Amino acid sequence: MCLAIPVKIVEMRGKQDDFLNPPVAVVEAEGAQREIRLDIVDRWPSPGDYVIVHAGFAIRTLSPEEAEANIELMRQMAQGQRQGDD
Amino acid sequence: MIDERYSAPYKDKKLVQAIASRLNMFQERPMRFMEVCGTHTMSIFRHGIRSILPSNVELVSGPGCPVCVTSQADIDAMIGLAGQPGVIVATFGDLLRVPGTKGSLASAKARGARVEIVYSPADALKIACANPDHDVVFLGIGFETTVPAVAAALLEARSRSIRNFFVFSSHKTMPRALHALLADPELRIDGLLCPGHVSTIIGAKAYEPLAETKNVPCVIAGFEPADILQGIYMLAKQVYEGRHGVENCYSRAVTWHGNERAIKVMERAFEPCDAVWRGLGKIDSSGLAISPTLSMHDASKHFGMWSQTTVTPDPRGCLCGEVIKGKKRPPECPLFSRACTPTSPVGPCMVSSEGSCAAYFRYSTPCRQEIAEQQIP
Repeated sequence: MCLAIPVKIVEMRGKQDDFLNPPVAVVEAEGAQREIRLDIVDRWPSPGDYVIVHAGFAIRTLSPEEAEANIELMRQMAQGQRQGDD
Repeated sequence: MIDERYSAPYKDKKLVQAIASRLNMFQERPMRFMEVCGTHTMSIFRHGIRSILPSNVELVSGPGCPVCVTSQADIDAMIGLAGQPGVIVATFGDLLRVPGTKGSLASAKARGARVEIVYSPADALKIACANPDHDVVFLGIGFETTVPAVAAALLEARSRSIRNFFVFSSHKTMPRALHALLADPELRIDGLLCPGHVSTIIGAKAYEPLAETKNVPCVIAGFEPADILQGIYMLAKQVYEGRHGVENCYSRAVTWHGNERAIKVMERAFEPCDAVWRGLGKIDSSGLAISPTLSMHDASKHFGMWSQTTVTPDPRGCLCGEVIKGKKRPPECPLFSRACTPTSPVGPCMVSSEGSCAAYFRYSTPCRQEIAEQQIP
């Protein structure tokens, strides 16, 4: 049930915290466009941002900086460069 | 469009090899880690992670497949709902073929019941809007990752007065179940590879009481090969150093406090209740019932169906309960790949794509050979 791959937002529709007109983002995945609900996303995304989607709802907006920090830490640990890692 | 920035670097062969070779530093004692999440189980098989682990590291699957831990009584109740006149049941696809005491949702559908497969609870709400003459019941299974989405659908149903939308809640919460699981003295686990997207919602902090009271290292990992290996490496390192803390190697998706917005939505629609888990039995406050303020959308109240509390025996001979607890590996079940296969499953662990029996069946060599032999006349 988990779709672990982040998808890119191409367009935003609706307003934040409006249950009568639920906010959605249009995402592109595998060549198809889908509407993704934003009711429970942690940070309000903008077009161009990537989100993690679960059961049709975005649950996390990713930032390029956080992604970079994550992989960098992993690379450092893999090489034993991180202080106190041995 | 999928951005390579978020997935490709974590598949890098050199990085994976570097982490795997560092894991070899901790070969002094056997270590047994549980991957809690069903998506981890699948990813571990798909990427052949076991084949590159040192021989002292063993991985066992845990209770993180939502379909697998749903009690037999709840499955029976769901099939019962599908048989009611004027009812459309909306469900995630992997529940369809789970055998109940009698039949399954799939066989109910074959007999004429309206069972619709949906990808999202929001789609179930759309079905309710399109079919005002029917009662539409969404079958709510899943953990903290799924529950906020169902909560949002419930809140929308109330605010838009969609009175024919109901949820049958068999939702469960993860940390309580892990506490119960680790209280079992027969289960020897040296560390928990904690779920990725459940943790996106509940935050890394949710595992702190577990690490402290059960003295068990907890590491949150993502789903790519480097993510998983890094998680195992950090668990092994904690064991080696005699520590037991919470560490997060999926920082691009998981924070310490989690997704507070989703938690708020979840708390508006659900409240804790006791729940029966397949394999684990009844665990206090480990389930989620629909809040009294939304009782008009509660299928268990509207249809007088019980949920979460009844214990019904599992299918005879089926070891799903033991598999979920990490006490038995799927091939140790007498039914595995004989009476129980993905095409004719006996237990839920063989049905769900996240179930460890299905994963073992699909990826382990002896089973594949068996399928190949069956295909040659």
